[in-house]
Amino acid sequence: MQRISRREMLAQLGMGLGAATVLPLASPVRARAQAAAAESFVSLTASEGETLRAIVARLIPADENGPGALEARADRYIDRGLAGALKSSRSAYASGLAAVNAQAQSSKGAAFAKLSPADQDAVLTNIQQTSPPFFNLVRTHTIQGTFSDPFYGGNANFIGWDLIGYPGARTVVSPNLQLMDKKPEPSRKSAYDYGMFSKGEI
Amino acid sequence: MATTLKKTNVVIVGLGAAGGVACLPLAQAGIDVIGLDAGPRLSTRDMAPDELRLSRNAWPPGPQKTDNEAPTFRPNASAKAIQGNHPMMNAVGGTSIHYWAQSWRLNPWDFKVRSETIRRYGASRIPKGSTIEDWPFDYNELEQYYDKVEYAIGVSGKAGNINGKIDDHGNIFEGPRKREYPMPPLRSTGFTEKMTAAARMLGWHPFAGPAGVASKSYEGRAGCAYHGYCSGGGCHVNAKSSTAVSTIPKAEKTGHFTVVAEARVTTIEVDNNGRVTGVTYVKGNQEYFQPTDVVLVAGYVYENARLLLLSKSKAYPNGLSNNHGQVGRHYFSHNQGDGVSALFPFSLNNWYGLPAQGVAVDNWADDNFDHSGLDFIGGGNMWVYTERRPIASVNGLAAWMQGKPTWGSAWKAFVKENADRTNTAYLQKTTLPYEDNYLDLDPDVKDPFGLPVIRITGEYKDNEKKVALFMHEKMEQWYKAAGAVTIQRQPIVNAMGPTTHAYGGTRMGANPDTNVVNGWGFSHEAPNLGILGASVMGTSGARNPTLTLQAIAWRTAEYLAKNWKSVAT
Repeated sequence: MQRISRREMLAQLGMGLGAATVLPLASPVRARAQAAAAESFVSLTASEGETLRAIVARLIPADENGPGALEARADRYIDRGLAGALKSSRSAYASGLAAVNAQAQSSKGAAFAKLSPADQDAVLTNIQQTSPPFFNLVRTHTIQGTFSDPFYGGNANFIGWDLIGYPGARTVVSPNLQLMDKKPEPSRKSAYDYGMFSKGEI
Repeated sequence: MATTLKKTNVVIVGLGAAGGVACLPLAQAGIDVIGLDAGPRLSTRDMAPDELRLSRNAWPPGPQKTDNEAPTFRPNASAKAIQGNHPMMNAVGGTSIHYWAQSWRLNPWDFKVRSETIRRYGASRIPKGSTIEDWPFDYNELEQYYDKVEYAIGVSGKAGNINGKIDDHGNIFEGPRKREYPMPPLRSTGFTEKMTAAARMLGWHPFAGPAGVASKSYEGRAGCAYHGYCSGGGCHVNAKSSTAVSTIPKAEKTGHFTVVAEARVTTIEVDNNGRVTGVTYVKGNQEYFQPTDVVLVAGYVYENARLLLLSKSKAYPNGLSNNHGQVGRHYFSHNQGDGVSALFPFSLNNWYGLPAQGVAVDNWADDNFDHSGLDFIGGGNMWVYTERRPIASVNGLAAWMQGKPTWGSAWKAFVKENADRTNTAYLQKTTLPYEDNYLDLDPDVKDPFGLPVIRITGEYKDNEKKVALFMHEKMEQWYKAAGAVTIQRQPIVNAMGPTTHAYGGTRMGANPDTNVVNGWGFSHEAPNLGILGASVMGTSGARNPTLTLQAIAWRTAEYLAKNWKSVAT
């Protein structure tokens, strides 16, 4: 396989820094990310949402291995979930996100979302050590929001499944999809795209 | 005040793997049977291939009695018990809806562990403190019932021994069977073929294990779709041979079997002569009394012992059928833990498939090898299988990343490379009953009805730990032969917490001083009370219990049908 540089990869993903490196074809991804930032939250306040978006972007960052949790809309998965199936965690997010911002303010002098990636990583490392329950909660939910069925609002464009090579939900799998020397074609389908199943709570 | 219903012939308490098969021979004999289950009826629409949904408490849908009565457990009588999670589910079909569906017969040795060990190695080789007895019958007696269940529910596999003729495409160590399985085994995959070749290279005898899953269309049900989400989930095409889609609907068609779902039995009632008269159950907010000639208790191991212990009366002051103090004794749970995992330097493409689609090695199970120079009895079945889920694949990598970052770009790179490169073997090992491992009612923890939950007191002893170490070695050898670069052995465990492979508590045997039910599965004390499930089993073997407990349940039901007057009146 032809190796491509990190810069080229970012460009293809629509996350390049300079306009000249951004390919026109990749712009929908960037446009979606920008649109998502302007979208209102269902459960979180705007400020909480901003902090959460910055956190998930560092937990599973967009990098040379492809888009990350923010592009997969893991933040939206969590936000929607906190009004539904994850509602028992709502108060933990209120206090946890506030603590992250307080930590960012006291150690780096600005709100978490305003910090550089390196400073954000330093704050998160500290939170992981000092508040493991909240850190683990966000990490668990970020992984769910990145790798769960897109029905729940995350794993947008199958970003999570593509990352690990999971070929997607199917209702029938033929023998040639279980061979070792042949990578299966992705199904690009949610379980609920098949119209066969009752839906659970989001 | 309970509403008294019209009397019936037989009430089955619990329509899972055991009760769900026992209904069929009874209904076919024209005996009127009412089957009660605490859970709902599910349909294929409930079986979405959705990892998140299956991992949440919202699945299975409907009332889940198990949520409110998880057993407590402690290693020994001086420790404080803590509450665990209940591993089973409630529904018509019970846990046969979400089980792995490995459908093994026990090996002949498993029925005679005590006498065969003494004969081959001497009495000193029976582990200290073990209460093990031979079964009241042997493999050949149960063979005909294994056969009936294999054909009634639909089991896929390859025979290794038909009437003594050995075929090494199947398990060469199995006891003789009268005929081939009703369907060929589930298909192989690239990964299982690699493991099969590695086992052959080691001189072992790998084979596709038996599955309670239709490998092709069977009695109107579709063949397996291999799409995954089988473990802990139900089948969307009814290929999995749960009793909900096999024996229960067949029994209903006879017109002699009625299912009452979402009915939670609280007590078995008895008269002053010690005969059972019926059961009390709650459905919705209403309490009912269902009179009957015979009661078959067919809950899970924990619930069987619990319901008997909760059903106190003048005739049975310490719980039903417990005047010999045997209810809850001889409890053990399969030593399923102590797994071995491998990291391969290539992707396995293990995303689809199901846990019953795998390859087994039985060379080191039971007494299939000479134990003369060893310091334990028994052994383990090794099982390597397919099916991997996205979130679990990511979370499962934590074990391979100790000391490394748990998030960020380095973590992401590792996850991307290795999500499909790991495998964990399922090693099921001989586990014996002991004096001081038992079930009783917890003195403190109660369900919402105010009824005590079951308490497990138990730990694995030296024999189980030595078997586990021995199997670790063998499994590591197998993975390395297939090209794995790194192996992890899970620590040998002591704790015997709640599990899907629990046994005993109402053991079956001729001696009423050491067993709750007789050789046919009926109480030594209450003659019209039968007990179904792994709670009657006295040994575990090195393989999943379901098919065996189903064969025993069929045998008990058929005995009842043929001896109706002597049992029921």
